[in-house]
Amino acid sequence: MSTRKDRIALPPVNAQKTNMSCHFCIVGCGYHVYKWPENEEGGRAPHQNALGLDFRKQLPPLQVVMTPAMTNIVTGKDGRRHNIMIVPDKKCVVNQGLSSTRGGQMATYMYTSTGVGQNRLKEPRIFTGDQWLDTTWDKALAIYAGVTKKILDHDGPSGIMFNCFDHGGAGGGFENTWGTGKLMFTALQTPMVRIHNRPAYNSECHATRDMGVGELNNAYEDADLADCIMGIGANQYETQTNYFLVHWLPNLQGATVDKKKKWFPGETAGAAKIIFVDPRRTPTIAVAEHAAGKENVLHLDIQPGTDIALFNGLFAYVVEQGWIDKDFIKKHTSGFDEAVKTNRTSLEECSRITGVSVDKLKQAAEWAYKPKASGHLKRTMHGYEKGIIWGNDNYLIQSALLDLVLATHSVGRRGTGAVRMGGHQEGYTRPPYPGDHKIYIDQEIIQGRGQMLTSWGCNNFQTTLNAEQYREVIHRRSNIVKEAMAKARGATTEQLVDAIYDATKKGGLYVAVIDLYPVMFMDAAHMALPAAHPGEMNLTSMNGERRLRLSERFMDPPGSAKPDCLIAADIANALKRVYEAEGNSKMAARFAGFDWKTEEDAFNDGFRRAGQPGAPPIDSQGGDTGYLATYALLRQAGTNGVQLPIKEVKNSKLIGTEMLYTDNKFSTADGKAKFLPAPWPGLPKPVQAQKDKYRFWINNGRVNEVWQTGYHNKYDAFVRDRYPMAIIEMNPDDAASLGIQSGDIVEVHNDYGATYAMAYLERDIKPNHTFMQFGWYNGIVGDVVTEWTDRNVIPYYKGTWAGIRRIGGAEDWQKTVSFKRRRYV
Amino acid sequence: MENKLSRRNFLKLSSAAASAGVVGFGVAVPAQAAEVGRATLPYPAKTIAKAKGLKPNVPVSFHYPDAASPCVIVKMDSPVPGGVGPDQDIVAYSVLCTHMGCQVSYEQATKNFKCPCHFSMFDAEKTGQMVTGQATENLPQIVLEYNSKDDSIKAVAVDGLIYGRQSNIL
Repeated sequence: MSTRKDRIALPPVNAQKTNMSCHFCIVGCGYHVYKWPENEEGGRAPHQNALGLDFRKQLPPLQVVMTPAMTNIVTGKDGRRHNIMIVPDKKCVVNQGLSSTRGGQMATYMYTSTGVGQNRLKEPRIFTGDQWLDTTWDKALAIYAGVTKKILDHDGPSGIMFNCFDHGGAGGGFENTWGTGKLMFTALQTPMVRIHNRPAYNSECHATRDMGVGELNNAYEDADLADCIMGIGANQYETQTNYFLVHWLPNLQGATVDKKKKWFPGETAGAAKIIFVDPRRTPTIAVAEHAAGKENVLHLDIQPGTDIALFNGLFAYVVEQGWIDKDFIKKHTSGFDEAVKTNRTSLEECSRITGVSVDKLKQAAEWAYKPKASGHLKRTMHGYEKGIIWGNDNYLIQSALLDLVLATHSVGRRGTGAVRMGGHQEGYTRPPYPGDHKIYIDQEIIQGRGQMLTSWGCNNFQTTLNAEQYREVIHRRSNIVKEAMAKARGATTEQLVDAIYDATKKGGLYVAVIDLYPVMFMDAAHMALPAAHPGEMNLTSMNGERRLRLSERFMDPPGSAKPDCLIAADIANALKRVYEAEGNSKMAARFAGFDWKTEEDAFNDGFRRAGQPGAPPIDSQGGDTGYLATYALLRQAGTNGVQLPIKEVKNSKLIGTEMLYTDNKFSTADGKAKFLPAPWPGLPKPVQAQKDKYRFWINNGRVNEVWQTGYHNKYDAFVRDRYPMAIIEMNPDDAASLGIQSGDIVEVHNDYGATYAMAYLERDIKPNHTFMQFGWYNGIVGDVVTEWTDRNVIPYYKGTWAGIRRIGGAEDWQKTVSFKRRRYV
Repeated sequence: MENKLSRRNFLKLSSAAASAGVVGFGVAVPAQAAEVGRATLPYPAKTIAKAKGLKPNVPVSFHYPDAASPCVIVKMDSPVPGGVGPDQDIVAYSVLCTHMGCQVSYEQATKNFKCPCHFSMFDAEKTGQMVTGQATENLPQIVLEYNSKDDSIKAVAVDGLIYGRQSNIL
């Protein structure tokens, strides 16, 4: 058998075909999964294969994406083997047949006993003191429920902590956020929960919500229609790839001018201009300049952490110029006059703080807000992401940005929108959080509180802030329990539970991991439960334009792995049984309502019950009309699904909402959007202290090929061989001054910790700036990120300074890893 | 599917074996030649260049394994993984982007292949590794054999699936 990967099997016309939204980024590209018996394949003539393409001759370009990575052979629980092929859907309005380098790998990442998936967790595992052993669900659940009950009975729910996903896509979905949420908030009633990527239970978008503007308020089609797009603190080509390629670029290149003329008769229409706000010249900026011409791209390369000053300067300038919608401000907003006062920043002051010239600031304001030749208001879309969300004061930056957006009425009009670009897809349906304030969970753990921690579908060892101290404390506290367990060899379940509980009273922390893979957090864990992902379960999610789709199950999960919602139900039911056994009906009742057989039961119990008569309070992205979406209707709606909220069902078709706030009724008590004050605060003290002491700004973020913590990617040679260690982009002159060349291992260190990275010289990086890959398993930037957070416990991941020293040359990497520029110029 | 074998490492191993020579195997070859089947697709062997005829960093187009599959051979001017010829610096690739088949162009300044459609770039000096882009595969590399007797370079196989084909051999 050759390993050249030079032929693949074609799906026959009768292959099973199901819908799949990409597991990964927010864009949620539509795909189809073909599945057919291993020993069969379709013919090369168009009528002989399910793709309907003529493979008897070379296909012309742009006909299909169909690569070996998009194929696999999977084995069912019945032992039967099937080919699978997962290819992008041309009829999906989101991606229109395009795949990204992440989504294009989905088939590769489905479970097989020999492929990437061979590394999956397949059975529950327990740590016995010095080794991991497979065990049964009954045994694992008995221990988990036993420890939980003992803490609950003796110490209360605050001893029970969770790090838990709250999103859509793989490791998420409305089914699983509901299942976990109901367990944590209704049954256990613990407030000691943090979300996968931040150290408290909070939103990434408090300010915009407080202002009455939900953060996903437009449709991807609005990017086709905008006169100007402002991309803020996001790197769209690498992180929202097909939204950028399919919807932004054509507008920048003038391909949507006719559409604009049709939609907005009488208005000046042309190719869109684009403004990027980012201290770094990103690969996206290089692509935009190449594709749209430099004259149509403006890069506001602000000094790190000065976004607030930028938006305040632009706000003051547009007010002064009168490039605002006075009628809209008067009728549909409040707080404008106050914001004008608090945010007042002259262009000169703005330029001094941000480092961007007054001319460039004026140019940006003209592109984005100066009325069009036809006299109409510009239609400008603002898309922001982690540069702001993980920026210098999340709450204040969003306030400053949205003040500018509201003044110019850049929301609720087609072709506008003030939206987060998003990371993963969304899928939030949970009972209300049972707490009245935000708790910095990482600090609680560091300070010795909490007795039990479940890390569910996330891996904060790789992704949290102040990560070195966090890991050190958890390991120390975990070891107290490990030692107690080692001494309790041969104990009965009850005895083991007692030993674990006693250890948690002596500062120990019992740690459970529920995940697809044995992630780094398992280094500190005592139990691991195997979960499933889309394709192995039915799973609903929505993308960045609130487009809800059902990804259909087409294969079995490995071993006895199961969907998170059913794991949550198993835990709840185990607790219910032990409370019933001791006649405690009051506690047993708290764990009732988990009699789900399938993930659809969880969907119906949560997403479809929100706002319905007799239902408990449920916070759901589906709102009160989520009940209209059934699995059957969603299956029929295919990869285009429906944009939430759903308006109605017409002729068995779900009718949704393309854009929010077109009626100017905002999400506040009085329906008026609210301006918020956002005075420029300077850098936070702990951050300033690192800046004063260390030379390099350690900016950080994602690279194109890697998804989240690389839980799949680290086992995939295509990605792992490209990035054997987290890269750190450095200015070549800076590197030369330290004797560093591309491929060298460098140490990044400051008062918080130290980590390693692989130097990657890049001339677009400014002197004393760097950019390090975030979240990768080999080299963890969070180790040098300060513990500072904003008022809502949102970290400033992007803001830390550190020293860099050369460790040495990695000979193999210099030979095998490309260090060519990652900028298309 | 097999765990993805790193082609780079595979080639590195191959070239190490080649430089060590085959004598290390030390097994006597039976006098009577056994009948040998073929474990790979029936690729043609095609002479595409003479090593001396290639100028450093100047790409030369050819087609392989058939006339519908455009390829480029280029002498990198310093040894590279998988390189053949007297200086182990000659490599060849399919120039159809593995993502959607747009023709990639060789950029002499960077020694990259660049795709104009979705901006993928592939490093000619690193076995066609994707530098960045939206492909899920590196650029298919043409397996070359160098014959020092007549200085000829033959294409003998393709490592990786050429865009727009179910099989590299139509």
